[in-house]
Amino acid sequence: MRIALFVTCVNDAAFPSAGIATVRLLERLGCQVDFPPAQTCCGQPQYNTGYRKATEPLVHRMAEAFDGYDHIVAPSGSCAAMVRDNYPRMGRRAAAEGRGEALNRAAEALVPRMYELTEFLVDVLGRTEVGAYFPHSVTYHPSCHGLRLLRLGDRPHRLLEAVEGLELRELPNAEECCGFGGTFAVKNADVSTAMGIDKVKSAVGTGAEVLCGADNSCLMHLGGILRRHDQPQRPLHLAEILAATREEPLDPYVPDPYVPAEPTRTPRADTRPDQPPRSSTA
Amino acid sequence: MSAPSETFLGFPAFPEAAHDAVRDRELRRTMRHATHTIRDKRARAVAELADWDELRTAGAQLKERTLRHLPHYLEQLEEAVTRAGGTVHWAADAAEANRIVAELVRETGEQEVVKVKSMATQEIGLNEALAAEDITAYETDLAELIVQLGRDRPSHILVPAIHRDRRQIQEIFRERMADWGRTAPENLTDDPVQLAEAARLHLREKFLNARVAVSGANFMIAETGTMVVVESEGNGRMCLTLPDTLITVAGIEKVVPTWRDLEVFLQTLPRSSTAERMNPYTSTWTGTTDGDGPRAFHLVLLDNGRTDTLADQVGRQALRCIRCSACLNVCPVYERTGGHAYGSVYPGPIGAVLTPQLHGIQSEVGASLPYASSLCGACYDVCPVAIDIPEVLVHLRERIAEQGGKGHRLEKAAVNAAGWVLNHPRALEVGERLASLTRRLQPKRLPGPGAAQWTRSRDLPELPARSFRAWWKENR
Repeated sequence: MRIALFVTCVNDAAFPSAGIATVRLLERLGCQVDFPPAQTCCGQPQYNTGYRKATEPLVHRMAEAFDGYDHIVAPSGSCAAMVRDNYPRMGRRAAAEGRGEALNRAAEALVPRMYELTEFLVDVLGRTEVGAYFPHSVTYHPSCHGLRLLRLGDRPHRLLEAVEGLELRELPNAEECCGFGGTFAVKNADVSTAMGIDKVKSAVGTGAEVLCGADNSCLMHLGGILRRHDQPQRPLHLAEILAATREEPLDPYVPDPYVPAEPTRTPRADTRPDQPPRSSTA
Repeated sequence: MSAPSETFLGFPAFPEAAHDAVRDRELRRTMRHATHTIRDKRARAVAELADWDELRTAGAQLKERTLRHLPHYLEQLEEAVTRAGGTVHWAADAAEANRIVAELVRETGEQEVVKVKSMATQEIGLNEALAAEDITAYETDLAELIVQLGRDRPSHILVPAIHRDRRQIQEIFRERMADWGRTAPENLTDDPVQLAEAARLHLREKFLNARVAVSGANFMIAETGTMVVVESEGNGRMCLTLPDTLITVAGIEKVVPTWRDLEVFLQTLPRSSTAERMNPYTSTWTGTTDGDGPRAFHLVLLDNGRTDTLADQVGRQALRCIRCSACLNVCPVYERTGGHAYGSVYPGPIGAVLTPQLHGIQSEVGASLPYASSLCGACYDVCPVAIDIPEVLVHLRERIAEQGGKGHRLEKAAVNAAGWVLNHPRALEVGERLASLTRRLQPKRLPGPGAAQWTRSRDLPELPARSFRAWWKENR
């Protein structure tokens, strides 16, 4: 079984820990993981902002980069959904515009092999217990594309519930969007922030030490709000929690080793985790 | 392309309007409560039906097929309405529709009309057009009455006064009812039962005096020429039966081929809109009947941008809309801004795809609406005719980007530059390394239009010392 990691551009450039955790987790579960270096970005931001044709070369790049692998695993529901939901749509549009079947073929080659991490763990490997250890309270935000496009359902919850020592706290209004939405976050920053603050209030209200998600783009937005409001709750990608073991534990109170000297991301002892952030917009 | 309704002329683009709306605490509280209540009720009502998915698919397919053969069904409808004693008028745009209605009212010699709640007449700004001809239109739907008395604008398709709480409604009734007819009862409180009773007494006079009524139509049945109005309050039934003359204004996409098609929509519409298993009043009428109901019936078939919309293969699915407003109630953006921020008669997700298509993407509002969404997909999930609203939003963004204009030139250049880098992984690697090396020099709050919008309310993540790509190279 040849497995390729599609790390996604956001994780590659800004959150390598999620990619490293995915590699460690999959290797621990007996998989041989490869990282095809020709991969870059699925093109979601461009596509969703209205630049469909400018995105097309990236579809071909993805198809070539991941050619020959049995499974492609992405630690991002949003990017996996871009490939599975929008690539075929782009292929159909190109064909309808009389520009041939090449894009359709590239999309078809990728779609059946593209998995979001929790899908791959639960559906392909048949694992919900992955030998993880994380003795902390966690609340999980199911990002929209994982929830409504990939229909991940309870896969993330089953994986988290099986983690030794982990206390899963239910997030109120979990299915509601966090307000990131790609370029929406800057084109409609006021609404995006209002949504993010509501989400952060719900998350902080659970009293959980960690806000877990399967999409670092959403966590970047929510983490940015948490930090702006001096909230100690730590945003962590699901892969990082699942990669943690008794032998190689992950301490949410210690900064990310791949982001050295990062004082503000470490929880401060003097802020209570159950205190919702103040906000000017809500 | 037709001109937008007068009601919303000169409104700012969505981001500017939303800037103020999200800071209105009272509005936020009211909207949150209202949308969550109806959202949860709808979810329960829909969950009761084991065959909801099939109904949804059937509704989508019925509408899709009818739209594909629209000329055929419209001609069939016209013939059937005429045979039943009605008169059909064709209006290419809002101005023509308004002219037709005003002329029809003038012919009756009346200067007042009662109205059944109708989005089509909102869309064309009929009340304002009639007022210019010295004809007063009285809204008889409770929420429309609140909006009209309050000299306000509707903010929701189904509940146009959703942004008002009962205290505000009490105030509006007490201060304004007298200007429009029967005065509000003394000592009127904000008790919903009392407020409804006040409206009932006020409106009763209108119903009994009215000689002309104007309505919309939820469905028009082509095979028999029958109009269908679905409502909850009974005001519609009054307007549709008591006056001598009935004028119905409806968009051409409201036609369905047969009575049997209602089997689907009369299940999906009430559950999606008011979360009721069945709406209290479903009125149907076919032309005129001697000695029963209006003696003259006019149907004004409205295009107003619909044919243009139909020509767009991706965008046309918006014409399936049955105006249930489930997408508004579930939308996290609409919940936080309310409907007025959309600067459009049709607010919320459906408005963001309908308004730019009906009225064009040239105006600032029209060009801003397709971006008023995080593409979370909740609207598509609840739509009873399966309009893939996110798909249409992205498609419209493409049309707007191609059109160019404010901000889009710079954006296009940025996308092209990023496109080049992303198609050259080596360049990406160098870029990532540079970013990591200079990460201590990067400011916490960034200048420039895009970045400043981020850092105004959110911290940026600190960049890692190494990219994943670099880690892989060193470790595997």
